[in-house]
Amino acid sequence: MSPAFDYSALVEKRPDGVSHLDLAVEGITCAACIGDIERGLATLPELDKARLNYTNRRLAVEWRAEGFDPVRVVSRLAELGYKAHPFEPSREEEIEAAEMRFLLRCLAVAGFAAMNIMLLSVSVWSGNASDITDETRDFFHWVSALIALPTAAYAGQPFFRNAWRAIRSRSMTMDVPISLGVTLAIGMSLYETIHHAHHAYFDSAVMLLFFLLLGRVLDQVMRRKTRAVAGNLLALRGETAVVLAEAGETREVPLKAVKPGDRVLVLPGDRVAVDGVVIEGRSSVDASLVTGETAREPIGPGAMVYAGTVNLDGALTVRVTAAAEGTLLEEVNRLVETAANARSRYLRLADRAARIYSPVVHIAALATAIGWMLLGASLHDALITAIAVLIITCPCALALAVPATQVVASGSLFKAGVLLQSGDAIERIAACDTVVFDKTGTLTMPQPQVANAAEVPADLLQAAARLALSSRHPLAAALSARALGLSPIPGGQEQAGHGVAAEWDGVEARLGSPAFCGAEAEAAAALAKDLDATVIAVRVGERRAVMLLHQALRPDAVDVVRELAGRGKRIVILSGDREQPVAEAARALGVAEWRAGLKPADKIAALEAMAAEGRRVLMVGDGLNDAPALAAAHASISPVTAAHLAQASADALFLGERLQPVADAALLARKAHAVMRQNLGIAVIYNLIAVPLAIMGHVTPLIAAAAMSGSSIIVTVNALRAKLPFREPAAEPQVTRGKPASPAVPPQRPARVAS
Amino acid sequence: MNVLVYLLPIALSLGLLGLGAFLWSLKSGQYDDLDGAAVRILDDDDVRRG
Repeated sequence: MSPAFDYSALVEKRPDGVSHLDLAVEGITCAACIGDIERGLATLPELDKARLNYTNRRLAVEWRAEGFDPVRVVSRLAELGYKAHPFEPSREEEIEAAEMRFLLRCLAVAGFAAMNIMLLSVSVWSGNASDITDETRDFFHWVSALIALPTAAYAGQPFFRNAWRAIRSRSMTMDVPISLGVTLAIGMSLYETIHHAHHAYFDSAVMLLFFLLLGRVLDQVMRRKTRAVAGNLLALRGETAVVLAEAGETREVPLKAVKPGDRVLVLPGDRVAVDGVVIEGRSSVDASLVTGETAREPIGPGAMVYAGTVNLDGALTVRVTAAAEGTLLEEVNRLVETAANARSRYLRLADRAARIYSPVVHIAALATAIGWMLLGASLHDALITAIAVLIITCPCALALAVPATQVVASGSLFKAGVLLQSGDAIERIAACDTVVFDKTGTLTMPQPQVANAAEVPADLLQAAARLALSSRHPLAAALSARALGLSPIPGGQEQAGHGVAAEWDGVEARLGSPAFCGAEAEAAAALAKDLDATVIAVRVGERRAVMLLHQALRPDAVDVVRELAGRGKRIVILSGDREQPVAEAARALGVAEWRAGLKPADKIAALEAMAAEGRRVLMVGDGLNDAPALAAAHASISPVTAAHLAQASADALFLGERLQPVADAALLARKAHAVMRQNLGIAVIYNLIAVPLAIMGHVTPLIAAAAMSGSSIIVTVNALRAKLPFREPAAEPQVTRGKPASPAVPPQRPARVAS
Repeated sequence: MNVLVYLLPIALSLGLLGLGAFLWSLKSGQYDDLDGAAVRILDDDDVRRG
């Protein structure tokens, strides 16, 4: 029997006595599921609330009753045909949700103010051309000031804060000239209003805030969407550990609740969820996710195991350790830290632009003031003209040029199955001219495939596939993927550590270890031929067969490697696996440059050697041993099945079994980067036209408003081009049973502008 | 033009009313599930007749 799952670590108890739990739900395909789930859960009278969020596939349940076990919600959902996984919003996600609400409030306030001030400004402009009285104009200006001052103080906060932070750390970002421009525009307008002047720039200042906030909100929307999907995927992996209590009973707890020192039971076939030392039991493990090594490795008491390793033969008891000195984990952590420090020196395109732009503009404004005074203008007129220069150059288009492109590009990548994790990933991926692949789990499928399908009788293979549907063993997934359209054999019972047994057409059918199916002889014969393979046996009545599971290349790996090479990228394979399998893979892919048997530090050394040649490397890898290389490379991508630390070090994740997203990401990044630079070019041209006008003193508030909104719109429309060319959707279904990668991804839908 | 003295505040307060309504709807979580809201409206069985 499987141990009871302990939800207590994830249930949030509110002060008013309400308990709250979030679940990521798998299998939601259409709108009717909302009603199914919510009405289905209404049969549990203890529940106060069950509400499904259809956008991010999450279910929130609340109850008051003491002693209500949330397991009943999960089992009720299972009856309804949905898999649910307890889910805890990550801290980053909560912070971003709060940031999003704040930005939306700012945007609403700025929008309200911009509309109303524009209404007043248009009246003043048309009045100035006809017969407005001085009193009416002053009144309109004062009302504008009354709206603009609180608005700037509130809606300008996101920019003022960042600008202040940048100034304190003596760096330069776009927020500094923005803040300066807004403040000066409002201050000058207020001064002019007090002195009954004809022109005030309240509308420009507030409209600028509105446009810039719009860009930030769009950026945030995209980032939240990616993060929600990434969070669901993490929950769907269902990472839990079975903890042995002192008294000997077992509890299944979420990974977060496991502490160093706990004893964790790892059954055969389970993925080890923690890092620790084996204290009891003997087994062999598949450590391919950790070291890239595909051959199984025998272990016993005293051996160190790492999260991500699959335990193959016997039950193990593991004592959880924090990263201890001298272990692989400690080395990897240290290397990742060093590499990440080195990379944080990268300067984003927008910040590089700000570095050049700000001094030029500020010097131009200063020169304007001095120039006009030398020509005999009054101090007041000279200053007003100088401030007009600052307002007109306030980097509306410049500040939108990069973010707008990023929003469109990351939306397009999201549809292609790539989740971006860092803001500057696109720029860095675009610059790469070399692609380094890890082999195991990256070029090959994360799960082994049946290698001898042709030798196994078809009906036995089919029986094995249907039996595998009843199993949660990681190796069963290789078989159940072959059961498309088939249903599990009714009454299939999983016996932990052995396999699945069921009664089928009056005879017993079994799938599992060779011993469980009485097929040791066949297994030994098969293993003698193929050392790297893992064996699963199937038995129906007295007929037996063994299936050899083997690492196989991803279905489109050859095409993707050829496509990348065709675009002039240098392709390299750096693997931790032994020489022979790596050589085979390299030959199949047509890659001439490969190295095998590399340790994490060797991979970094190889990357550094390439960097010294002036090459920029895009690293694609999934293992714990790749994490330092992922952090050290110029840019990096991981499959979503990668080890935790590798995922955290990568700039982007890709979903599904195909490698195509990597090629798409490289292609789109290049295109998006070109659009970004083009946008910056447009902003420069705009300034070349507007600045001379401003310096000559011809810029009225009307011209400023038209110029700023015009350039912002041009830049935004141009950003819409940063998309992948339309492609027929892949014929192979993205969502397959047993693959944790795809189900949480919302169904694809037609492109929506900047969403 | 004295009419402006009270018409402008009326116009502005109407705008503020709209702003307030948006901020309220934002706070009460009406933008948390945009896709869900779009399809929930089509569900006729959500009100139980008693």
